[in-house]
Amino acid sequence: MNYRPRDLDRVFATLSDPTRRAILARLAREESLSISALADPFSIKLPAVMKHLDVLSDAGLITRSKHGRTVQVRLSPAPLRKATEWLRRYERFWSPALDRLAAHAERKEAEAQAAEARAKGKAR
Amino acid sequence: MRSLMLVRRIAARPSIVFEAMTTNEGVAAWFGPDDVPVVRAQMDARVGGAYRVHFRTLDGRDHEACGEFLELIPPRRIVMSWRWTLGGVLEEGGRISRVEIELTPIGDGTELTFTHAGLWSDASEKSHARGWTGALDKLVRYVENAAGTTDITSEAPER
Repeated sequence: MNYRPRDLDRVFATLSDPTRRAILARLAREESLSISALADPFSIKLPAVMKHLDVLSDAGLITRSKHGRTVQVRLSPAPLRKATEWLRRYERFWSPALDRLAAHAERKEAEAQAAEARAKGKAR
Repeated sequence: MRSLMLVRRIAARPSIVFEAMTTNEGVAAWFGPDDVPVVRAQMDARVGGAYRVHFRTLDGRDHEACGEFLELIPPRRIVMSWRWTLGGVLEEGGRISRVEIELTPIGDGTELTFTHAGLWSDASEKSHARGWTGALDKLVRYVENAAGTTDITSEAPER
């Protein structure tokens, strides 16, 4: 299951654009769409949408196929899965660590409060 | 942009949380994905100072991460570079990422915002960092069905 970090960088760079994320989110809901149907909800012009589709296609995030006179666009989930695996890997590393950090700090806080209470008692 | 953000609310004052994240004894008490004790933590907590944490996972494997403190504002903010020198996420091949910790006082406690991000992401990506999580969640749900992960905890028993 190895993959080159450079490919992953490309996926994340591609996902950094909100229009491209919106395109992917829509494809995740609707399986397959023609380019004009895909461009419809966006205020940007068709050529701009085409450019985004090129970027998505280069990153391997979508596939385009010609059906008669229309081009159908589909989500290609494999690179996305790799990108989410990166996040999940680190989440599985950090999440329990931060839980233990919290428990440790809370113990230290209780100790500090006990010490402060003792100091106050002595001062009296 | 390639980043993970986690938030924790901790019933301890920020200075105590800060100390737990920047001292050898503090880090040794909690670091790592499971309860296996940390082998060694060395934290030279000053801007430009180095840190190195060596830990073991339940599967008996050794891991070591190291880096440098890039920003330190006690007890509010810690930024450090991050690189695996042993084990960890091997396919990253020694690439450097970035860990940012913000500590915000809330009542008698602290809200900790933790971010682990790729250093190589450009400025425009950074400006889109917020709002990213929601969009990703939807996509994650879509790809969820085909699980299968490779990671430093993958050989640990599933809970």
